[in-house]
Amino acid sequence: MAGDCASGKVPARASVLAALERADEVKADARGLNALLSRDRDGALGAADGIARLHLDGAIPTPLAGVPVVLKDNIATLTMPTSCGSRILEGYVSPYEATVVTRLRAAGAVVIGKTNMDEFAMGSSTENSAFGPTRNPLDPTRVPGGSSGGSAACVAAGIVPIALGSETGGSVRQPASFCGVVGVKPTYGRVSRYGLVAFASSLDQIGVFGRTVDDAALGLRTIAGRDRFDSTSSDVPVSDFCEGRERNLEGIVIGRPREYFPESLDTRIRERCDAAVDALRALGATVRDVSLPHTDLAIPTYYIIAPAEASSNLARFDGVRYGRRADAGGLREMYERTRSHGFGPEVTRRILLGTYVLSAGYYDAYYKKAQEVRALIANDFSRVFAGGVHLLFTPTAPTTAFPLGAKSDPYEMYLSDIFTVTANLAGIPAMSLPIGRVDGLPVGGQLMAPHFDEATMFRASYALERTLGEAAHR
Amino acid sequence: MSTAAPTATDTKYEMVVGLEVHVQLRTRTKLFCNCSTQFGEPPNRNTCPVCLALPGSLPVLNEAAVDLATRAALALGADVAEESIFARKNYFYPDLPKGYQISQFDKPLATKGSLVIGEHADGSPHRIGITRVHMEEDAGKSVHDRFPGVTAIDLNRAGVPLIEIVSEPDIRSSAEAGSYLRLLKQLLEYLDVSDLNMEEGSLRVDANISIRERGAAKLGTKTEVKNMNSFSGVERALDAEFARQVAIVEAGAAIEQQTLLWDADRGTVRPARAKEGSHDYRYFPDPDLPPLRLTKKWIAQVREHLPELPDARRRRFAEEHKLGAYDIDVLTANPRLAEYFEAVSHALGDPKTAANWVMGEVLATLKNTGQTLDRFPVRPADLAALLGMVRGGTVSNSAAKRIFALMVETGDRPEQIAEREGLAQVGDEAQLAAWVDEVLDAQPAEWQRYLGGEKKLLGVFVGAVMKKSGGRADPRKVNQLLAARASG
Repeated sequence: MAGDCASGKVPARASVLAALERADEVKADARGLNALLSRDRDGALGAADGIARLHLDGAIPTPLAGVPVVLKDNIATLTMPTSCGSRILEGYVSPYEATVVTRLRAAGAVVIGKTNMDEFAMGSSTENSAFGPTRNPLDPTRVPGGSSGGSAACVAAGIVPIALGSETGGSVRQPASFCGVVGVKPTYGRVSRYGLVAFASSLDQIGVFGRTVDDAALGLRTIAGRDRFDSTSSDVPVSDFCEGRERNLEGIVIGRPREYFPESLDTRIRERCDAAVDALRALGATVRDVSLPHTDLAIPTYYIIAPAEASSNLARFDGVRYGRRADAGGLREMYERTRSHGFGPEVTRRILLGTYVLSAGYYDAYYKKAQEVRALIANDFSRVFAGGVHLLFTPTAPTTAFPLGAKSDPYEMYLSDIFTVTANLAGIPAMSLPIGRVDGLPVGGQLMAPHFDEATMFRASYALERTLGEAAHR
Repeated sequence: MSTAAPTATDTKYEMVVGLEVHVQLRTRTKLFCNCSTQFGEPPNRNTCPVCLALPGSLPVLNEAAVDLATRAALALGADVAEESIFARKNYFYPDLPKGYQISQFDKPLATKGSLVIGEHADGSPHRIGITRVHMEEDAGKSVHDRFPGVTAIDLNRAGVPLIEIVSEPDIRSSAEAGSYLRLLKQLLEYLDVSDLNMEEGSLRVDANISIRERGAAKLGTKTEVKNMNSFSGVERALDAEFARQVAIVEAGAAIEQQTLLWDADRGTVRPARAKEGSHDYRYFPDPDLPPLRLTKKWIAQVREHLPELPDARRRRFAEEHKLGAYDIDVLTANPRLAEYFEAVSHALGDPKTAANWVMGEVLATLKNTGQTLDRFPVRPADLAALLGMVRGGTVSNSAAKRIFALMVETGDRPEQIAEREGLAQVGDEAQLAAWVDEVLDAQPAEWQRYLGGEKKLLGVFVGAVMKKSGGRADPRKVNQLLAARASG
């Protein structure tokens, strides 16, 4: 779909106007879905006209020329605020732009808005935003998933074909699953984090939503690759993720890890997964049962490492240089008021948890131990992939989109990411694509691949998407 | 607390001191971004999203800083790790923009070095152990006295690269601490890794000190003393803190572990701000920076390219230039002086004369004018030329001193000055004879007494001729002429 714009079939200005109109039509703003926190109509139309002029001058169309996109609000942009869904950064406008934004613009994409999110990406429902929850376009009484719920909703509502989100434990794949769109978390290091407001640096990775597998592949291809401003970005060459589009998976071995299909799994979700596995087999893939024995340790491990890093990453929001500053008599009081008023309850909870696990006397028992377990989890994947398995297939989430306010217990909310945090801990690429519906609500299937083998993952998901066809959305 | 005369307690107790020296590395840009490290810029001029800790910014390691840090570590004989880890030291302070300092913690750049500060009575080297050398970034500066009622923050220094050199608690007196610091500074000067300016903060010293009864093996409770802005300040602070701890222990009380600030004006230490000493920095590896990996080959290359260090240079000066111990100490005190001396000596071919002049006129001039050798107007080749003129008899020694002073003033070459000022020595027989005649004509009585055997009057005549000539007469020839007159 993004390709229609880029190929010039739809003029840039028209595609941008259509996106803005669609946003109005579906009520993407605070009064409706509350998916868009800010919009840049003038900037977007100006950019579209610039692209049109380039085309008139005979310039070769860039891969995303005139394609409207939206960005999660934790990705730094010059033109709109970068608030991270937090009061503490309300109205903050970055004086520099994230590398991914620079790359999108260079490819001709037009940024039309910034999307709602769980505060500092901490959450799985986009209910933790200081600016109110985002609603699922497929059923506005339900959450879109999170934390990149705003971006997922914008794609699902047909406003844009491509959107950027960010992942720390499933924040792209899980909302993609809930909203019935494609969501990709690339290999750690595949995409520059420069300009992504950090949550947990060793897990964070910018991800891409697409209406289709190809849209997501096109988006990822555009933003991927080494960036000298991010020392953790990799120089492994980026292949064309849109290549290899024959609907044939002969020779591909797909593992089905039994830990991801527990007894307790919703039978209807299991049925959709079985249907997808049948489709993969029909495409020629070999499907085999495998085991990733440390899977049950993933959630506790994640909830030590991620808050630990977050407690340090969020220390810079101190009221001294930018963002919110509370009136106070002295320095200590200023810090305390600024931070306790500026951060919401979930962020506060995780900062406290993270501070605790890094404290003298607890470091070895928690943080260090968690890093050791993380290595075991990563090793589970390495072992399976080394054993001749090319990809893994699992459900993306244990449930479909749940009603707003349904999960008041934080731990219950944390379990929404039970099938997704493992890929972040291991640093491997993973994606979710629609594989059917339960009670009209989308179910996502997850494919995971070895480090830097996004190409095989896209090849299989493309074939699966084509084979399932309309069944993926029924 | 004063540095009182030695008492019985001084012989009963000894101090146990370890020093932490922070050295700012001489790089063009900061440790994790491209901002300039230039000192003295307007506040917050040298800043960017990274060192301001704007949301989303990330650190990228400056390789030049790694090179300088490695040089220093190798010169201290430390083992440079093939893998070291940058860690976050977490604490809140307004001049610490990220809320953490990027430092190195349990895997530092280098460990197990040492510095020789002299000889023991048995002639063996007196070594102070170096526990570790690690890299870290500096914090910014809080300015409390610029705007009434508020604190201003200047982040120009935030992110400037430092190394911290941590010694073992091997130091037993303030004098040893002074020697350690002076020799460490000298070594770092030879390595050219830092400006080493204590006033500008490019060299900072913190001391950990405890006391124990002489002969005891167990270490006492230590205090940390900060805020010394000179080496002599460190010595005085250690003596004051030693006396304070001795007084406490003698009174039967216990030393409290705490951080103290040296007050140079009062000559006392006082506790740093209330009870924040028990910081828990929550160190953990910085996930934004991969481990720093250095190959054996690279480390060997850095080692190979180390400049000649003070010890080696001292040995060479003794062998090559046949200089005495005192001369060597003075001339090798800093590398630029040593290089200056060697350039003069090589051009002149006479180390002793070169040494005398460099230690005499050159050092005196530098001291009086406050100049540094980097900007000294007298080039080594010109000084050698001047000394060559003395040796050849073209100018007298006293004239040479005047010429030197003018060289300092103008930067001109000595031949030009001698010519311009008429300071070239006069060896012309007719002219000298004329001056001798005039002198003898003016003092006929003295001349008769001289001829009568009062030989010591010769000096009077020579002096008078020198005066008449304006110092230009060649005294050797004047002597010869007078001798000839007396016998003729």
